[in-house]
Amino acid sequence: MATLNILYAGFGGQGILFSGRFLAYEGLLLGKQVSWLPSYGPEMRGGTANCSVILSDDPIGSPIVDKPDILVAMNLPSLDKYEDAVVSGGKIFVDSSLIERKVKRTDVDVYYVPATKIASEHDMPTLANMVITGKLLKEVSGLGIDNLDEVLGKIVSARRQNLVEYNKKAINVGYTFQ
Amino acid sequence: MGEKVLMKGNEAIAEAAIRAGCMHYFGYPITPQTEVAAYMSKRMPKVGGVFLQAESEIAAINMVIGVAATGKRVMTSSSSPGISLKGEGISYLAGCDLPAVVVNVQRGGPGLGGIQPSQADYWQTTRGGGHGDYHNIVLAPASVQEMASLTVRGFDLADKYRMVVMILADGTMGQMMEPVEIDNIEPLKVEKPWALTGTGMKRKPNIVNSLYLKPNELEKTNFDRYKKYTKIAETEALAEEYLMEDAEICVTAFGITSRVAKNAIKEARAQGIKVGMIRPITLWPFPKSTYMKHADQCKAFISVEMNMGQMIEDVQLAIECKKPVTLCNRTGGMIPKPEEILAKIKEVGGVK
Repeated sequence: MATLNILYAGFGGQGILFSGRFLAYEGLLLGKQVSWLPSYGPEMRGGTANCSVILSDDPIGSPIVDKPDILVAMNLPSLDKYEDAVVSGGKIFVDSSLIERKVKRTDVDVYYVPATKIASEHDMPTLANMVITGKLLKEVSGLGIDNLDEVLGKIVSARRQNLVEYNKKAINVGYTFQ
Repeated sequence: MGEKVLMKGNEAIAEAAIRAGCMHYFGYPITPQTEVAAYMSKRMPKVGGVFLQAESEIAAINMVIGVAATGKRVMTSSSSPGISLKGEGISYLAGCDLPAVVVNVQRGGPGLGGIQPSQADYWQTTRGGGHGDYHNIVLAPASVQEMASLTVRGFDLADKYRMVVMILADGTMGQMMEPVEIDNIEPLKVEKPWALTGTGMKRKPNIVNSLYLKPNELEKTNFDRYKKYTKIAETEALAEEYLMEDAEICVTAFGITSRVAKNAIKEARAQGIKVGMIRPITLWPFPKSTYMKHADQCKAFISVEMNMGQMIEDVQLAIECKKPVTLCNRTGGMIPKPEEILAKIKEVGGVK
C-alpha cells in the first residue's frame, strides 16, 4: 500500500460516512497518513452521499478522490456515476441486493456482495455498510480485522457502545462471505 | 506527544480555541461551518465556558466586541454570507483596537451563493471587510492540524497586536477529517491594561471606543495603527515553500487548492518539469519577500484559486510584475482537479 484512494457512495442514511470513518481510523491505527472528506449539504438529508478516504504512506495532497483505487457502490446511481472513474486494476464492491446490473468494466476486480440482504437476514438491517466493509477488509491487502475493537471503540459514540458488537458481527459476516 | 485523533477541521478549530483559553464563543449556524458551533455547544458547558447561539450573525459579533473589551479571549465563526453581516462589527473591533478571532469557512458567492467550498472572500478578508482604514491578520490553514495550530496562533497574535485575526478556511477544510494533535498548548500571556475590568477605585476608567469626531485625532489613530501594521508585515508573514530550490515554474495557492496543487506538482516533477509551490500561510500580511526571493529564478508564476482571480494581484505586486502570473481557477463551489493544474503547468512551461 503506497496510497489507497477509496470512494464510498450510496444513499444518505446507508452509513456511507460512518464506513469511511471506520476505514480512516483503521488507517490511523496502521500508522498511515489518512484523510476523510464527506459530501455535505443536501446529500446528507436523503439524496446521494459519498465520502473520500485516503490511506497513504506519504503525506496526503488533495483529500478529494477523483480516481478511486477502490469504489464501494451501495446504490445504482453511484455505480453509474463512478464506475468509469475507477483506476484500471482497481476494485469495485457492489451491493448486489440493491444493484441489479453487472459492472461493465473488464479491467477491474469486482465483488458482488448482497450486503443489504445479508444484513437483514442477520437481523441488523441498518448495517449493510459494515457487511460490505467486512468484504473490503478481506480483499484489500494491508487491511484486516485485527483492530476491530479499537477502531469501533473510537468511532461508536460512548452512549451507543452496545452497537459495537453489532458492527463487529456485520463486519465478520462480510469478511467471511464467499 | 499526545494522541492523534481524527477530527473535522471545524471541530479542530473549536477544540483548539478552548485549549487556547477562549471561554466565550458566540455563533449562528450556517453550512459549512456549523460544526464549530455544535462542538462549542457541547464542550463549553463542560469547561465552564460560555456558548451562546445568538439571534443573528450581527448580534454574535457585537457580543464578541463586548467580551473583547473586557480582555477575555473570544471567538465567533461563520461562512461567507454570515461574515458579510459581521463586517460592521469587525470594523468596530479594529477601530477599538480589540483582539478577537473570527473564523470564515468559506462557501461560494456572491449573495447566498451555494454551500460548496470557495476562496472568493480573499479580497474581503485581506482588505479588512468592513469600512475604514484597517487590516486583519489573516491565517489560511491547509490541513486539519493547521486548523488547530493556526487558531491557537491566531489568539496569540490577536492579543499581541490588539487586532482581529481571521482564520480563512473553506468548506473542504471545515468538513474533512485528518489526524490532529491538540496537546501541549501554552497560550501567550499578554497584559491587557486597557481592558474594562472595573477600576477597583484604584485607577482612572478605561475607555474602549471607535468614535473620534475631531479629524486630527482620528487621523492619529489611523497613523498609529498603520505603524503597527508595518511592523507586523515585517515580522509575521509566513509561507511554506515546496520544491522551490530549483523551480522554474512557481505554483502558488493557499488552503485546499494548495493541497490539490501538490498532487499536480508531484506528477509534473515525475514528468521532469521543474515546478514548485509557494503556499502563503498568512494572507495578510502577504509573504512578499518569499515571492521576491524566487522572482528571478522562476520564469513564470501560476496562481491557483477557487475564485475569479483575487490573490493573483498580491502575487503580481509581490514580484513587482517581474514575471508573468497566470490564473488557474474554478469558482462557485467547484474545486480544480489536479489534471487541470497540471495542464496549466505544462502550458506555461511550454511542455507538450
